[in-house]
Amino acid sequence: METNALFRPGHTACAGCGQAIAARLVIEAAGANTIIANNTGCLEVFSTKYPETAWGVPWIHSLFENSAAVASGVEAALKFLGKKDSINVIAQGGDGGTGDIGLQALSGMLERGHDILYVCYDNEAYMNTGIQRSGLTPFDTNTTTSPMGSGSSGNIRPKKPVPEICLAHGISYVATASAGFPQDLTRKVKKAISIKGPKYIQVHVPCPLGWRYETNQMLPVAKLAVETGLYPLFEYENGVLANRKQIVPKPVEEYLKSQGRFKHLLNNPEEIKKIQDIADNNIKKYNLKVEA
Amino acid sequence: MKQFVEGSHAVAEIIKATNPGVISAYPITPQTHIVEDLAQMVANGQLKSQFVNVESEHSAASVVLGASATGVRVYTATSSQGLFYMQEVVFNIAGMRLPVVMTCANRAISAPINIWNDQQDSISLRDAGWFQIYAEDNQEAVDFHLIAYRLAEDKRVMLPVMVCMDGFILTHGMETVDMPEQDKVNKFLPNYKPLYKLDPASPISMGLLADPDYYMETRFAIQETMKESIGYLSEISREFNTVFGRDYKDLLVEEYQTKDAEKVIVAMGSVCGTIKEVVDQQRAKGKKVGSLRIISYRPFPYARVYEALKDVPRVAVLDKAVSLGAYAPIAVEMKAAFYGKKKGPKVISSFVAGLGGRDITLESIDEVFRRLTVKEVNSDFIDLKPELLKEEYGD
Repeated sequence: METNALFRPGHTACAGCGQAIAARLVIEAAGANTIIANNTGCLEVFSTKYPETAWGVPWIHSLFENSAAVASGVEAALKFLGKKDSINVIAQGGDGGTGDIGLQALSGMLERGHDILYVCYDNEAYMNTGIQRSGLTPFDTNTTTSPMGSGSSGNIRPKKPVPEICLAHGISYVATASAGFPQDLTRKVKKAISIKGPKYIQVHVPCPLGWRYETNQMLPVAKLAVETGLYPLFEYENGVLANRKQIVPKPVEEYLKSQGRFKHLLNNPEEIKKIQDIADNNIKKYNLKVEA
Repeated sequence: MKQFVEGSHAVAEIIKATNPGVISAYPITPQTHIVEDLAQMVANGQLKSQFVNVESEHSAASVVLGASATGVRVYTATSSQGLFYMQEVVFNIAGMRLPVVMTCANRAISAPINIWNDQQDSISLRDAGWFQIYAEDNQEAVDFHLIAYRLAEDKRVMLPVMVCMDGFILTHGMETVDMPEQDKVNKFLPNYKPLYKLDPASPISMGLLADPDYYMETRFAIQETMKESIGYLSEISREFNTVFGRDYKDLLVEEYQTKDAEKVIVAMGSVCGTIKEVVDQQRAKGKKVGSLRIISYRPFPYARVYEALKDVPRVAVLDKAVSLGAYAPIAVEMKAAFYGKKKGPKVISSFVAGLGGRDITLESIDEVFRRLTVKEVNSDFIDLKPELLKEEYGD
């Protein structure tokens, strides 16, 4: 067993969980001199069921929506103790804890300029409570509270643009990443913690139960989200688009058919067209297409 | 040194003397003057604390939670809706055994919106696992904050303390306060040394999930600490008296003319000053009346209350809060203190007064004594305006 790992094996995440892999990559990239404040959610539950913990760094969980504020307190205390320069602070949570119930605390943390990296593990619904839709659930997704039915093709709204909301706070680093591109994620975390002030990274993390894919399909599913343009990977530095992952765009249908949550769309070209439009807009907006 | 100061300023001065590492608060009347003064002290370089201006009370409580877990002394203050907005964090802080100290500038709860004083806010959070101590005047408000840190940070305790002071009446009231000198503060309150903290040199996980195999013991442990702390309060009070020369006895209750009393009013906070004045007036007329002030509402001093009032025939409990649909909050505790006991008052009547800042005058207290008859009453409202109750709705 890797007892020196900063996020140790033996936790209770599902097989094929993208979040567990991403969380480990994040803390390994940030290093041992890091304190983590974690929102309530899958990651918290599967990594810290008393009397066990998977964390090899100081870690605190308080509530569902307050990791950004708890981390603000940790950072302020470190400043008072004169230790901030040598210790990284990470706040983290799922998409609901970050972009819905925790958005106010996140906004406060960004606006106040705390030296904290916020990491949102975006599995696109409230998975811990049983796959209810969140503000970051994609358009037309079948969840338990945005079910498909004779009068519905699933979630009626597109994803809440949390990275752009963070960007609007004028912070110096905002990036998206994916569990499907581990080296890219590692690089972004390292870059983020090298920058003083508030930083935001949103990591796309597939969920086998909520998305309904075979547990050995985590990587291909994650990659397809990026390769179709549905989950663009980008970096904003000082408000400017500094980097994006370029793709040879694949049709969104390939991504949709990889998961049960979109199964109801497969014989519905009209809805698939709407989702293709979302991808095409992303491709245009972030200039994702590899130049010929 | 004696100073004629506003209550909020006096509290800010004593918080400064405790040198907290992190202060975080969100504005709500009537708490604002305290944190404004602290912000100015930080701005003037008189106080080295990190002052974190947050976007809500929920985050104010979360910031001090995180800072306390990182091993520094912390402070926050709030009132009313602000306390309610931070409620889940308030419970969380106690569950995590963090020695946070908070001032509650007591204020009524909406709706209707009302910024004036009663005690519904803190009383509604009585089950949170925080100590709640209520000041009668601004000397106590100052002293109780020092005692609060000492108690919270005691290794046998490690629980948060809420110092409750009546909004406006105390927070905005000018009084002479003997401000504790810094050297004495340092003597009474040593630097905070946490038992556990978030530190990469020795990583721990805090705030873990406890399933049915583990949860109950965590609540039991707090309950036991609360019970044991009844004694710690007396002990800390004695040490406080040694250093500062002010004697708060057991810090649980204050008895006033109870020994031979036939009628006693039980209450909490600043109204007790008014009650004592009425007691003096009635004693001058030969009436055997007295008062009992609850200082520690949590933990509730049942045994001490029993000792104080077991031979008093009639007791009136004056609540500045209600439990709508049930007996008033302090009245419930008083009745519980005597249930099944050999001795005790024949009558424990319950009165509600001063809600939403309605003045509790000398006459109001006279009225409570008048209504304290052989016939027990429950949640009898004092100083109601009958003309306002006549409104009828059309169809």
